[in-house]
Amino acid sequence: MSDQFSVVGAPIKNVQLLGHVTGSTQYVDEISFPGMLWVKAVRSPVARGKIKKIDTSKAEKLPGVVRIITAKDVPNNIHVNMAVIGIGPPDEPVLPEDEVKYKGEAICLVVAKDEDTAAKGAQLVEVEIEELPPVLDMEEALKPSAPVITKWGINAFIYGSGMDGATMPGRPGRPFFLVKRGDVEAAFKKADYVVEGSYLIPPIEHAPIEPHVCVAKPEPGQRLTIYTTTQAPYFVRDNVASILKIPPSNIRVVAPAVGGGFGGKVDPEFEMQVAVAAMCVGRPVKWRWTREEEFTISTTRPAIKIEIQDALSSSGLILGRRARLLHDSGAYTRTSPYGVIKSTVNLSGPYHIPNVYYEGYCVYTNRQPSSAMRGYGVFEVSYAVELQMERDARKLGIDSWEFRFKNAYRNGQVTATGRLIDDAYLIEVMKVAAALSGVSLPHHLLQMSSWG
Amino acid sequence: MAKLRGRGIAAICYPTGMNLGGDPSQTVIVARPDGTFVVNVASVELGQGLRTVLSQIAAEAIGASVEDVEVRFGDTQLAPHDTGTFASRTTHRMGNAIVKAGQEIRQILLDIASKILEVSPQDLEIKNGKIWVKGVPDKSITVREVASQAQFVYNTPVVGKGHYVKPKSIVDPDTGESDPHSTMAHGCVVADVEVDTETGQVTVLQLFTVYEVGRAINPKLVEGQIIGGAVMGLGAALRETVYPRYPQITHQTKSFREYVLPTAGDIPKIIYKIVESPTPTGPYGAKGVGEMVANGIAPAIVNAVYDAIGVQITELPITPEKVLKAIREKSQSVNEHRV
Repeated sequence: MSDQFSVVGAPIKNVQLLGHVTGSTQYVDEISFPGMLWVKAVRSPVARGKIKKIDTSKAEKLPGVVRIITAKDVPNNIHVNMAVIGIGPPDEPVLPEDEVKYKGEAICLVVAKDEDTAAKGAQLVEVEIEELPPVLDMEEALKPSAPVITKWGINAFIYGSGMDGATMPGRPGRPFFLVKRGDVEAAFKKADYVVEGSYLIPPIEHAPIEPHVCVAKPEPGQRLTIYTTTQAPYFVRDNVASILKIPPSNIRVVAPAVGGGFGGKVDPEFEMQVAVAAMCVGRPVKWRWTREEEFTISTTRPAIKIEIQDALSSSGLILGRRARLLHDSGAYTRTSPYGVIKSTVNLSGPYHIPNVYYEGYCVYTNRQPSSAMRGYGVFEVSYAVELQMERDARKLGIDSWEFRFKNAYRNGQVTATGRLIDDAYLIEVMKVAAALSGVSLPHHLLQMSSWG
Repeated sequence: MAKLRGRGIAAICYPTGMNLGGDPSQTVIVARPDGTFVVNVASVELGQGLRTVLSQIAAEAIGASVEDVEVRFGDTQLAPHDTGTFASRTTHRMGNAIVKAGQEIRQILLDIASKILEVSPQDLEIKNGKIWVKGVPDKSITVREVASQAQFVYNTPVVGKGHYVKPKSIVDPDTGESDPHSTMAHGCVVADVEVDTETGQVTVLQLFTVYEVGRAINPKLVEGQIIGGAVMGLGAALRETVYPRYPQITHQTKSFREYVLPTAGDIPKIIYKIVESPTPTGPYGAKGVGEMVANGIAPAIVNAVYDAIGVQITELPITPEKVLKAIREKSQSVNEHRV
């Protein structure tokens, strides 16, 4: 610790620690109110289908069932989600009206006196669905012959027309995010070697210890307090306000200590459903997802497939790179268009590649929506790029360290998106890592720096 | 059958904060009557240690003792707007807002202390809960006393406000030209593995990890992130997916019986080092660290297996089944070549 500071740099103990290890930290699941009711969902048994009929009569007769909530109970049945930061169009209903797009999608909600009764009530709801063939494979989804599962006629997000939260409106869009720099054709013509690779990361679950739990409590005067396991209280507030058609200032969102998020609690996934239920019955309502719901309903890391072609010189430089990235958004948009931009602008990794052409596709399939997870967009790109770097080095017959040192970006260069690099430090970090792992780097690599 | 060893490396960079920016954070710090402080943020404590890190930043900026700073979090009624706790943004974005708020309070304290001690504010030093006259350490007063007297004697509110946003970068749709991040953090991972060619089992023997985090506000909590991130990366590399037959949706995992997370017994030796290269954009130079630490592990492990068996498996997770298949395909192609 430097004398420059009094407490910055000090390894002081986590102030939450004592509460965590003695069990006194308060989590949402410990919040309870008199007269509180519980929610369970009736979920779609199929990945894609048309809802023909919902028969709630048997469930309504079960003692302890207070109310069944369907699409018609939702004041504004559209989950605005990332539209609050300009990414759209909103495409996900709070509860579906006529079609389901992934297995497990909530069709209606049963509100009952306790959790078990709500679960029993949900089993008694009879739903008639006409099953349709699902779209599951991203490459298939992009073919013109694929069934269209979005509202805009193509199973990919449209970039460049302003709805991506990144560009100005008024221009025609295209079904991928584009990053282009230099003359990639010329780089490939000049190359001594071209190395290709294709990499896949499958959907991964965040698996926090604490599942999603939410308690919504109506307050006098069209007000509502929501206690929930969120990473983003203001996202929840703005989404719920839009769905309930009440001012955001009428809603208080409280996230007490949250038992791990890892990105899985960024999306408002179920708070709006609990809020609608609470407003309908005028009593506090609680929903606690099961571990099975964590796996099958809550978001996952998106599956991402990345194809890379590198144009290499025999001297060991990457002259150019082409890449095509497919990001599996699942059935709805959520944060995926944002994730694709973050991925695509980072496809050079920490390396200087003067000529690039990158296409990033946000693809829709009939699977649970994916969203943020630790390292979002770049976890997947780092994986593909570092496997590709190893392929490149082997093709060239160059040592893995040397190849990375040679191509590492330097201060004063620009990134694939034209940003001036002013905080490069990779070469220095690699030197420390080599020394730590017992590697003696050759003199000419030790001479290198991020400033030269 | 044999046990083959291999080493793999991965080098990474990771942006701090939301891509393209436009993600504000705002805070208000208020003194209590006893001269201790409350920092109000709508950020969320997820187990990562946010309360601790933000209290250190606030204490440093105010000049208060860290024990006298309490961070209250996660309530839209009590705290001003914050975009959320994700994108490795809170230490950087909210940290910057807290530095500004803390500096406002520091100025209020120095002004009041100058009246109490009858010297000009420029002649005062403030650090770690104490204010004293430069060169005369005995002529001093505690921050608590000053913050309290400000309210009870000098009719002065002790409130600091802070805000931080990296203005949103607009993208050129035809080139992607943009300024997506405020700063980049860096990392390098070296993985040593052993592959059992009979069972396809990959054992990670040790991980060497080095991360450049700008400034480690709390090195113990950075260590917590490094170890947690390494275990998460290890799970992604060797075991985890909710759709084992992706893109098909059959055999979807439903419990920890099918989805086998690494547990304490699976954690290899993790040798780490934190490197600092302070960024002018961050609070005391800090960059975001929470996510980056998960990113280099899987590629380093997969490259190590490549080194061990001579085949690069490109689809995660690299289960024993995939490893055995890769080994067999390689030996078959060698045999065919011989024929």
